[in-house]
Amino acid sequence: MPTIKRASEPFRFCTRLHLSELTGLRASTLGQFLALIKEVPGSCIYHHTHRFLQQHQFLSPEPPNDFAYWVTDVLGEDELGEKLASIDTMQFSTIRSLREKIAQTIEKYLDESAFAKLKFARLGEEFYFIKSVSFVLPTSYVAYDLSEFVNVLKKITMDSIYFHFFEARLRLEKPTNDFSLWIGSSLHDKELADNISNFDPYTRTLEDLRETIIEIIEERISE
Amino acid sequence: MVNIEDYIPLVGQSVIDDLRLLGERLKGKVIQHINSTPMGGGVAEILNRMVPLLKDLGVDTKWDVIKGGESFFDVTKKFHNVLHGRSGEVTKNDFDIFLETSEENIKNLDTYGDIVFIHDPQPIALVKKRSNNKWLWRCHIDVSNPNEKVWDFLLDFIIKYDSAVFSAPSFSRKLPIRQFLIPPSIDPLSDKNKELPQEMIDSVLRKNNIKKDKPIITQISRFDRLKDPVGVVEAYKQVKRYINCQLILAGGTAEDDPEGFKVLSEVKESANNDPDIHILLLPHDDIAVNALQRASDVVVQKSLKEGFGLTVAEALWKAKPVVASNVGGIPLQIKHKYSGLLCHSVEGASFAIKQLLTSPEYAKKLGENGREHIRNNFLITRHLRDYMLLFLSLYHAEDIVYL
Repeated sequence: MPTIKRASEPFRFCTRLHLSELTGLRASTLGQFLALIKEVPGSCIYHHTHRFLQQHQFLSPEPPNDFAYWVTDVLGEDELGEKLASIDTMQFSTIRSLREKIAQTIEKYLDESAFAKLKFARLGEEFYFIKSVSFVLPTSYVAYDLSEFVNVLKKITMDSIYFHFFEARLRLEKPTNDFSLWIGSSLHDKELADNISNFDPYTRTLEDLRETIIEIIEERISE
Repeated sequence: MVNIEDYIPLVGQSVIDDLRLLGERLKGKVIQHINSTPMGGGVAEILNRMVPLLKDLGVDTKWDVIKGGESFFDVTKKFHNVLHGRSGEVTKNDFDIFLETSEENIKNLDTYGDIVFIHDPQPIALVKKRSNNKWLWRCHIDVSNPNEKVWDFLLDFIIKYDSAVFSAPSFSRKLPIRQFLIPPSIDPLSDKNKELPQEMIDSVLRKNNIKKDKPIITQISRFDRLKDPVGVVEAYKQVKRYINCQLILAGGTAEDDPEGFKVLSEVKESANNDPDIHILLLPHDDIAVNALQRASDVVVQKSLKEGFGLTVAEALWKAKPVVASNVGGIPLQIKHKYSGLLCHSVEGASFAIKQLLTSPEYAKKLGENGREHIRNNFLITRHLRDYMLLFLSLYHAEDIVYL
C-alpha cells in the first residue's frame, strides 16, 4: 500500500451560492448588444458565460453561453453564434480579457456582415443583461491528504466544485483552479496538479467534471 | 407536516446542508412577510409552504396580512389586470380608494421585521412606514408591458424599497434600486406534484370518463383568454387530422370572474361536442391535476401572456414532454429542443405536438431533461436558498460576498 502524503495545511472546501441581479439593460440588435457588452459590469460577462454550466448540468457540452445561444436562436446568426460558442474560455485568465475577446468577435462579424446589423429580436426575446452575485461560505469539509480529498469530492455540492474550479480561476483571478493550487503547493505533486488543470472543464457537465477529477486522483492514489 | 429533511431524497443531503449554513447566517433577524390574503392564489400558496420551512432552517419568519374591503380589492384586481397589459381604465377614484385603505393598514399593521418582505402591489404603500429596517418588494406579476399610469403610481413606492424582486428578466426595467431575479418554484412534496400510485391516476381518469385508448394532450389552466384555451382546441384539431388523440382542458374559473364563464362557453363552442375533448372544471383539486398531468402524453401551455407559468414546471417535474408558448417565464423553464418545445402560434403548437406524439423517444428525452432542469432550478429548495441570499444581500453591496 503506497503511503499517502499529508499536507500541513488542509484544503478547506467552500461553497458558492449565487443570486442573479437584474440590471434593467436589454439589447434587441447586435449593435446594442455589442455596446452593452463593452460597458456592463464584469459580473454580467461572468454570469452569461457561466450560467449554463450551473443551470443546465444535464446538458453536455452545449450550449455553452448565453451570448451564443441568443445570437443563434433569437437573431438566427448561426455563424456568429458558433464563433462565440467556441471562444476558449480556458485561455483567458481575467473577465476583462474574455470580455474583450467577445466584443472583438462581434465587432469583426458586424464589419464583415452588413445584413447582420439589420436583425432585431422580437418583443420579449431581447437579451437581458444579468449580474451574478456570489456568496462564498466555508463548509465543514476539510482534507489533509488525497484520500480525504477524494472522499469529500464525492459528496460535496456541485456549487463547491464549481466555485473552486471555475470561479476561483477566472473571477478571483488565481493562476489556476483551487484544487491544483493546493495539490501543487501543499502536497507538492506538480504532475497531478497539472493533470487536473490541463483539461478543458467547459466541454463537460459538472457531474462529469466531478467524476473526471475523482478518477484522476484515485489513479494517482493507487500508483 | 413537511420538514426540510423530507427533501433530501429529492435534492440530496448537500443541498440541505447549504440551506442550513445560510439559515445560520440569518440568526437574530426577523423576516416579516406581508401580503393580501392568507389563502387562495399563488402567493399565499407558496408562503404557506415556505414559512414553515424557513422556520425549520432556523430563520425567524413571520407572516402578516393586510386588511381591505371589497372596493379596495376590486381596485387591486384592476391594477393586476392592467399591469399584465390588459386594457382597462383606472380612475383617480381608484387610486384614492387604494391610498385610503393603505393608510388604514399603515396605521394598524406593525412592521416589526428586521426585513419586511412585501408581496405584490396590494401592500406596497406600507413602505411609507419604513424606519431603520430593510424593505423588499416582491413582484409576482408580469410587468413587461404594464399600464404606465399604474406603474408610475407604484413606482413612487417601489423606489423607497431597498430591493425589488422579479420572476423573469423581461419584467425588469431600469430602477434606482437593486433588483433581483428570483423565479418561483414548485413543491415536489405537495399534492400537486408528489408521486402518485398508478391506481389513483387511473381512478381520476375513470371519474372523468377518460379512457387511455389514445394519446392524451393536456392543458391545465383556468379558463382565461390569456391562456388561449380556444387556441389549444384549434391546435388539437390540426393534430387530430393525422393522429387519433384526445384533449383534456382542465382548470377552474374564479367565482368572481364573470369572464371565466364566458371563455368556458367559447371553448365549449369551439369543441363542438367532440367526444375526445374533455373540458373539466377542477377548482382546488390538486390531486386530480397531478393525476391528469401524469396520465398525459404531451402537456401544453399555450398562453398568450404568462406571469411565470408554473404548470410548465409541474409537467416537466413529472418528466412530461411540454409544448409551450415563448412568453413570460416559460423560456426560463424550457430551452427549445433541449427541455421541451417552444411555440409562437396555433400552427407551431400543433406541429410540435405532432412531432412529440410521433417521436416518443425524443419526447421522452425532452421530458427527462426537463425534470433535471426543474430539479436544479425550480424546486422550493432553490427558492428558499434564493430568498435567504436575498435577505443577506441587504447587508452586502459587493458582487462577491464572503460570509
